[in-house]
Amino acid sequence: MNMLDIQLPGLDLKNPIMPASGCFGFGKEFGNLYDLNVLGAIMVKATTPEPRFGNPTPRVAETSSGMLNAIGLQNPGLKHVMADELPWLNQFDVPIIANIAGSQVEDYVTVAREISKVSNVKALELNISCPNVKEGGITFGTDPLVAKNVTEAVRAVSEVPVYVKLSPNVTNIVEMAQAVEAGGADGLTMINTLMGMRLDMKTGIPILANKTGGLSGPAIKPVAIRMIYEVSQAVTIPIIGMGGIMTAEDVIEFFYAGASAVAVGTANFTDPFVCPKIIEELPVLLKKLGYNHISECTGRSWNKHEQFANHRA
Amino acid sequence: MIKNEAMKIVSQQEIAESIYELTLSGSLVSEMNQPGQFVHIKTGNGYEPLLRRPISISAIDKENNTFTMVYRAEGKGTSLLSQKKNDAAIDVLGPLGNGFSPEAAMSGETALLVGGGIGVPPLYELSKRLTKLGVNVIHVLGFQNAATVFYEEKFQALGETYITTVDGSRGTKGFVTDVIDKLSDSYTTIFACGPTPMLRALESAYKETKEVFLSLEERMGCGIGACFACVCHTADDPTGFHYKKVCSDGPVFRAGEVVL
Ligand SMILES: Cc1cc2nc3c(=O)[nH]c(=O)nc-3n(C[C@H](O)[C@H](O)[C@H](O)COP(=O)(O)OP(=O)(O)OC[C@H]3O[C@@H](n4cnc5c(N)ncnc54)[C@H](O)[C@@H]3O)c2cc1C
Ligand SMILES: Cc1cc2nc3c(=O)[nH]c(=O)nc-3n(C[C@H](O)[C@H](O)[C@H](O)COP(=O)(O)O)c2cc1C
Ligand code: FES
Repeated sequence: MNMLDIQLPGLDLKNPIMPASGCFGFGKEFGNLYDLNVLGAIMVKATTPEPRFGNPTPRVAETSSGMLNAIGLQNPGLKHVMADELPWLNQFDVPIIANIAGSQVEDYVTVAREISKVSNVKALELNISCPNVKEGGITFGTDPLVAKNVTEAVRAVSEVPVYVKLSPNVTNIVEMAQAVEAGGADGLTMINTLMGMRLDMKTGIPILANKTGGLSGPAIKPVAIRMIYEVSQAVTIPIIGMGGIMTAEDVIEFFYAGASAVAVGTANFTDPFVCPKIIEELPVLLKKLGYNHISECTGRSWNKHEQFANHRA
Repeated sequence: MIKNEAMKIVSQQEIAESIYELTLSGSLVSEMNQPGQFVHIKTGNGYEPLLRRPISISAIDKENNTFTMVYRAEGKGTSLLSQKKNDAAIDVLGPLGNGFSPEAAMSGETALLVGGGIGVPPLYELSKRLTKLGVNVIHVLGFQNAATVFYEEKFQALGETYITTVDGSRGTKGFVTDVIDKLSDSYTTIFACGPTPMLRALESAYKETKEVFLSLEERMGCGIGACFACVCHTADDPTGFHYKKVCSDGPVFRAGEVVL
């Protein structure tokens, strides 16, 4: 019996585990290591209308149980992603979630309109939460009205369901979630990275050339759990959870908080085989905990008794 | 092919101040074919340190299924690594990247190998390969001071070897370039690994007259080309969006290929 299959808007997942955007490129490198067909889905690197080089290096700095990154949305641009990266991924029976970014509403609309036509792109992930670009990015993700507007604009042109990626760098995460739900979002993905900084012991100056960067990894997991717990009770759309997942146990905790699927980011750097490992371990863990299906875990932290938010068809 | 293996420690010893030589055995060695490639090492067991550490391969012994690294124990990860005892297992991902091509120099020619500090180790396997191909080798190796000098005899056994130290406590006082400036112009190819200012100096002085290959260093996330942590601009598009990844396109580049 399949204990892991999950249906979400646009996404028919054989399991709810997918690599998070920016931590898996467009799949080619990890495709050399294992068969990508095992994955539930793949969230590919952010795509912008034009190619972007991103920030100067150093772009990463290690922190306690985490890391900072300031890649700056480097990507080869919409044209190349459509002509090369996405067709390459077509050899796998895995839905692709295209992460889209920009510095103005028109950028998001341009990318969404084009990329949502690609056959293996089954959903969009609207990245309104990147802390590492000067214009756009996070400003879309911290003002509820702006977030709602960009969601509406993208929803109007997209041919596939739209998930909005929320930034944790806000005072009221529920307000943001409700705003994008009102804007027509089909789902939420959360959380993106938390803004942080590290200073060099010898020189005293920031390690990252961009000075600040986004914190990810196990260090941010409690923040993600808390936010998903709050948001999942306040919206009716499903949540793909992320932030510090390293193990199958972490996945279950995200489901308990209210997630219906999860993404694994930074852990791919520590262990490039982490996604297949988690997928293999989950059924064993679920059985041990007494569940027949992973969907039974969703929202257990606040809705223990009712069978709810089980987004299976 | 890139593999991930729990490799066994055959030996580990401090060979100079804070400089450790670590030999590991495992089947991953059969994938190692090029000097200048590196491995990505998980130095702790839990989430601390979270990221792997890139370390060059300094010698490959296919017969015994072992390879050797030489590294400086400095920060959190490398210090942990230096405390591991014989028979312990180390989580290794590799071999990674594109290293030096010994074939860039021809038999009978002379190659100049220039190393700075912890950039010296990958030159050892390279030098062995070059001498096997009949290439004459000259080594110029720069260190901070006498206490941190390593592998001097090993390099001497392969060819002419010059040591420089910043404080003059061993060999020539100063930088590698101080020695190179005085060498006769007998070599056709330069292979170098070390701090970026050293690589820059070599590039600007010899790019036009010699074949120059440089091994770069950059902070890494994935180490396999997926995260865009380690990119540099290409020299023909220094402010545009064309790039190379140090981890998977490099770490070795021809001088003039990327912006240092
Ligand atoms: C391709 C390549 C080959 C290398 N080969 C060798 C070698 O043969 N011997 C050797 O001693 N060192 C080598 N280095 C440098 C080595 O990776 C760093 O010294 C090491 O990562 C520092 O880790 P730490 O735990 O001591 O320091 P920490 O301060 O704990 O490191 C914190 C973070 O910064 C990164 N970092 C710090 N310094 C460097 C650096 N100089 N280069 C890249 N990342 C860094 C670490 O990887 C880690 O992610 C190489 C680096 C690269 C990129
Ligand atoms: C190196 C790196 C690059 C990232 N790039 C993107 C990106 O392009 N778009 C995006 O929406 N999120 C990006 N993220 C955020 C992750 O997708 C994820 O939301 C975050 O890292 C938290 O999950 P984790 O702790 O499992 O890494 C990036 C994260 C890292 C570490
Ligand atoms: S370290 Fe990830 S792309 Fe080079």
